[in-house]
Amino acid sequence: MGGRAGARATYPAGGIPMKIRVDSEKCQGHARCYGLAPEIFDVDDYGQASVLLDEIPPELQEKARLAVANCPEYAIEIVSD
Amino acid sequence: MSHTAPVQDWATDFDVLDPRYVSDPFSIWDDLRKSCPIAHTDRRKSSWLPTRYDDVTAIAHDIAHFSSLKVAVIPGDEDEDPNADFDGPNLEYGLPPISADPPLHTWTRRLLLPWFSHTRVDSYVPLTRELCRGLLDRFADEGRADAAADYAQQIPVRVIARILGVSTDLSDTFTGWVRDVLEFADDPERRQRGAEGLLNYFLGQLEDRRQHPGDDLLSELLTTEVDGTPVDDGIVLGMAALVLIAGVDTTWSAIGSSLWHLAAHPDDRRRLATEPDLMATAVEELLRAYSPVTMAREVTEDVEYGGCPMKAGDKVLMNFPAANRDPEAFEQPDEVQLDRAHNRHVAFGSGIHRCAGSNLARMELQVALEEWMARIPEFSLAEGQEITWAGGQVRGPRILPVVFP
Repeated sequence: MGGRAGARATYPAGGIPMKIRVDSEKCQGHARCYGLAPEIFDVDDYGQASVLLDEIPPELQEKARLAVANCPEYAIEIVSD
Repeated sequence: MSHTAPVQDWATDFDVLDPRYVSDPFSIWDDLRKSCPIAHTDRRKSSWLPTRYDDVTAIAHDIAHFSSLKVAVIPGDEDEDPNADFDGPNLEYGLPPISADPPLHTWTRRLLLPWFSHTRVDSYVPLTRELCRGLLDRFADEGRADAAADYAQQIPVRVIARILGVSTDLSDTFTGWVRDVLEFADDPERRQRGAEGLLNYFLGQLEDRRQHPGDDLLSELLTTEVDGTPVDDGIVLGMAALVLIAGVDTTWSAIGSSLWHLAAHPDDRRRLATEPDLMATAVEELLRAYSPVTMAREVTEDVEYGGCPMKAGDKVLMNFPAANRDPEAFEQPDEVQLDRAHNRHVAFGSGIHRCAGSNLARMELQVALEEWMARIPEFSLAEGQEITWAGGQVRGPRILPVVFP
């Protein structure tokens, strides 16, 4: 996934910044992301997933990667890492 | 008439109702993936059977060439005329949204989805748990049970009945109708009997809800307006029937297959008993390894896919169970790894027809396994007693004798 510079001001010392996005065209509401990481994702009444956090803190990044790797629609993308 | 001769060549003459396919489709898919990854048959109707993950998901996403108007794996009268011999509202739309393409698919699906959202499904957990405990009470002290008929089969039908707002006392009748439609689809009389029973029952229920509306799904569908117009009676009937048909055999099969696996694999069973935190991941792995559901698509115009000359009107069987065993998509796919971390399975389909009830199914499977494991952590297949499997559209055990201390 392409790293994108800028946009972000600060992040916790020692942590690696990560941003993720859900492609709403691809998302079909499997809700695997919500099941794996409800701290990061929500899924609305119609199955549309969204990302709750602007930046994924280091302690949740492994979970974010798991969500990416389990989405059957390849709808979750790490946009900066 | 159905063709029941044993299959000699799976690549050119497959039959999903062949006893060998029903009992062990896995080795057949393995062979096909290596030799002819999209098999064909002229039995019943010209049909194609993809076995690779990439093909199944690509076809599921190509809704222009592969329509959902006829989703039955075993062709029946409704392939010719959806109203064949049924004296009721017009069912020309079949069972939307599952047997619909956009735009009908889109708005009927939006009406159903909130009933199966994860927040709504959370509210069904207590009744599901209570139901499972009540079933276990009946046989936990007996030392033996039929894990399919006494347990798995009893759970989803009752939860769905509550959501629809119909009597759970009729659960056995509902189960009979759904089995007639799905499992005995190759027997025109049973299939017809199941469809008529179901539709006539819901006709009466809809009339009743018109008089006495409640806070159930049927009542809501009757009072909903879409773009200022009430939903056509035939569409409401089709949606009601769909929720029951799709919500019973499928999840019950997943629960049964999972219990079969745990009964037959003591290491996995003990691991799940000692590491309950593994349950959510294990549920996804069991769904992957024993995906119950195959849906059909109909080819809309002549198209060549993967070197196969598919003709308009042909069926394509969306082999999600085989996709989930594809070694190109999963490491050691025939091995159940309860802690499998990377598991992009498509047990609930792929694309716009992702199972609308997947949150509910997943919850029921997890609660059913949790409650069983809490009460009966040690159990095994009953020696010398026959296990029977249903196959075709939905695969799962129907008789599953187990014993426990």
